[in-house]
Amino acid sequence: MKHTISVSVQHSFNALSRIVGLFSGRGYKIDSISFGEGEEPGMARVTITASGDEQVIEQITKQLHKIVDVHKVADLTYIPFVERDLALIKVKATPTSRSEIMQVCGVFRAQIIDITPKTLTIEVTGKKDKVDAAISMLRPFGIKEVARTGSVALKREFKGLT
Amino acid sequence: MSSMTVAAKSKRTNGTQKPNKATPKTEMTGGEILLTTLSDIGVEVIFGYPGGVVLGLYDSIFKLTDKPRHILVRHEQGGTHAADGYARATGKVGVVLATSGPGATNTVTGIATAYMDSIPMVIFTGQVSSEMIGNDAFQEADIVGITRPITKHSYLVMDPGDVESVIHDAFHIASTGRPGPVLIDLPKNTLNGKGVYTGSYKVAIKSYKPSKSGNHPKVAKAAELLNNAKRPLIYAGGGIIQGEASKELTALAKKSGIPVTTTLMGLGCFPETDPQSLGMLGMHGTWCANMAISECDVLLAVGARFDDRVTGNLDGFSQHSKKIHIDIDPSSISKNVAIEVPIVGHVKNILPDLTKLVKKTKIDDWKATIKNWQTVHPLRYKKQKGAIMPQFLIEKISEITKGEAIIATDVGQHQMWVAQLYKFNHPRSMLTSGGLGTMGYGFPAAMGAAVGCPERDVVCISGDGGFQMTAFELATAVEHKIPVKVIILNNGYLGMVRQWQELFFGGRYSHSHLAGGNPDFVKLAESYGAVGMRTDKEEELVPLLKKCMAIKHKPVIFDVLVKQEENVYPMVPAGAALQDMVDTED
Ligand SMILES: Cc1ncc(C[n+]2csc(CCOP(=O)(O)OP(=O)(O)O)c2C)c(N)n1
Ligand SMILES: [Mg+2]
Repeated sequence: MKHTISVSVQHSFNALSRIVGLFSGRGYKIDSISFGEGEEPGMARVTITASGDEQVIEQITKQLHKIVDVHKVADLTYIPFVERDLALIKVKATPTSRSEIMQVCGVFRAQIIDITPKTLTIEVTGKKDKVDAAISMLRPFGIKEVARTGSVALKREFKGLT
Repeated sequence: MSSMTVAAKSKRTNGTQKPNKATPKTEMTGGEILLTTLSDIGVEVIFGYPGGVVLGLYDSIFKLTDKPRHILVRHEQGGTHAADGYARATGKVGVVLATSGPGATNTVTGIATAYMDSIPMVIFTGQVSSEMIGNDAFQEADIVGITRPITKHSYLVMDPGDVESVIHDAFHIASTGRPGPVLIDLPKNTLNGKGVYTGSYKVAIKSYKPSKSGNHPKVAKAAELLNNAKRPLIYAGGGIIQGEASKELTALAKKSGIPVTTTLMGLGCFPETDPQSLGMLGMHGTWCANMAISECDVLLAVGARFDDRVTGNLDGFSQHSKKIHIDIDPSSISKNVAIEVPIVGHVKNILPDLTKLVKKTKIDDWKATIKNWQTVHPLRYKKQKGAIMPQFLIEKISEITKGEAIIATDVGQHQMWVAQLYKFNHPRSMLTSGGLGTMGYGFPAAMGAAVGCPERDVVCISGDGGFQMTAFELATAVEHKIPVKVIILNNGYLGMVRQWQELFFGGRYSHSHLAGGNPDFVKLAESYGAVGMRTDKEEELVPLLKKCMAIKHKPVIFDVLVKQEENVYPMVPAGAALQDMVDTED
């Protein structure tokens, strides 16, 4: 099963290396990892998506906890959370295919952020599934390059109306 | 005050805080701050080796008066093992100093050894000047990167003004929670540049809060299981020794009457002369310990980690038991074996809470079963006329030292015979590389222990193979008059390798024969100025052992030629379950 783990950590490359090293050194499977500045200066937020059975995921979160620079580890999987993945997709575009590509973008609420006579670069944001779907719909036009952030996630605060 | 525990504090200061002679708030070089801070912390000894980028620091070692003692080892690996042995024997943090590049990479085996056994250690490495880092400069190695998977934490210190705080933090991290090695990499310009020494830094690491609580909600549940058990067993590991909880463990065992088996790392945490002791369990454990853990109905694991050398095949491991696991490291719990009652915390705080709630168990049937295993399947070996049996040698060492010595071992058959036959009665008495299984560990570790515990007898029981991996430290031991007794169980083979080749590879002794190239260990000792002794006669053994033990102020090498092709039994064949262990050769 896929898990989304959010880690609040000291902003240092040593810390990031320790997190990544955990996955290679202990043979855990990592699907995506994102690293960026967190809410406070000097802090970073790392979001990891990883697959494995419950025991493996439990080990991953415990091992993450043990890293001295790690402040907090949360497995968001069983609590409501919001999650986004951002992709930049460069597709081949000809004057004839361009409008069709733009229709696809419309469906996915994707933005066109760069245009040349031969290419379109598209920004799409959403859950991983949505981004995957957008990429697969664009593939027939000829994808030249893709850059993805991997998932970033936070716990959802909105509890619904009661 | 920081979150530092009282125990950790006293470990770090060795009880007697030296007056700090350096004036606070003065400018000093990074190297001077380093030495002054170590002195503030109460570090007694550094095991080190100089080189290019640390020459400035070595100059400060030469000049400064208020600083720890420095012992020049003959190889940085020896330095790390010595610091490790010092730490295991004393409970204090071991300290190592090495230069950049090759000096730093030579520490890797020793760091990994300490990491696997959770030994508190701080390693200082020199590094090329910060502006040179990344240029493949002369003697540059990314030692922080190389050691990342084998350190609890590490630092690259860019500013001399940070040296003081980093050292305090490093000692705190190394010695608290589940202990481990911490590496501090110091570029030349950090060591030689100037910074302000405050003399008043207090440790406060926001992200690091090792649990130490007692009052665990699950303790009552654990007590209930134990009180209702018909066949309870305590399985105790190195965490009891690291956590200074031998008394607490013994109190629990005595009040409840529950039998105790220990791991290799736990030897000495419960007196082996006590009738409740079943000895060591695992691959070469006693028959009764392995049967007891296979048959028990409630298993209390404390400060142990269900290592594969202990559990054998996991599918067959202790199938009938409910399991309670007390450990400081949450990641050790339910890692290999599912646990019904997990308790995370410091054993020293949790065991007394548990002891309060347990009752004297009524387990006469269980005790009778255990007694029967002990009588039918004791540790035993056949004597052979004209040869010293290796097991006999260990029994005699145990008798002559009355189980009171600090024993360091190397890795191999001799290590297992020590674990089986030396009667350990005190914690911090068995120094052995359990996790990594590092040959070459024993002798330098014994040296470190002897430096830390000058009042105790320190004996290194080594193999003819392993001793040669760090034998050059004889120079260090002679120079510093470290009276370590090295007893070489000389079987002319890489004995443990030979045993496996005999049993599982059709007797093809591929590259495991040593006798052809072994040095004359007596002459080797004498060439360094140590005492050399040898025997191959059983009747000489005891008098010579006594003579060996009486030598003070000098290291001794006692080469004991034992029966060559003897095997360690009982044994759990690789891949088998504990209850399928093989008792003897025939
Ligand atoms: C550094 C290192 N290299 C190789 C091994 C593999 N190994 C384990 S035991 C052993 C044989 C040790 O021989 P010796 O020191 O003579 O001890 P004995 O088994 O004969 O008592 C070897 C080679 C090891 N544990 N460590
Ligand atoms: Mg040998």
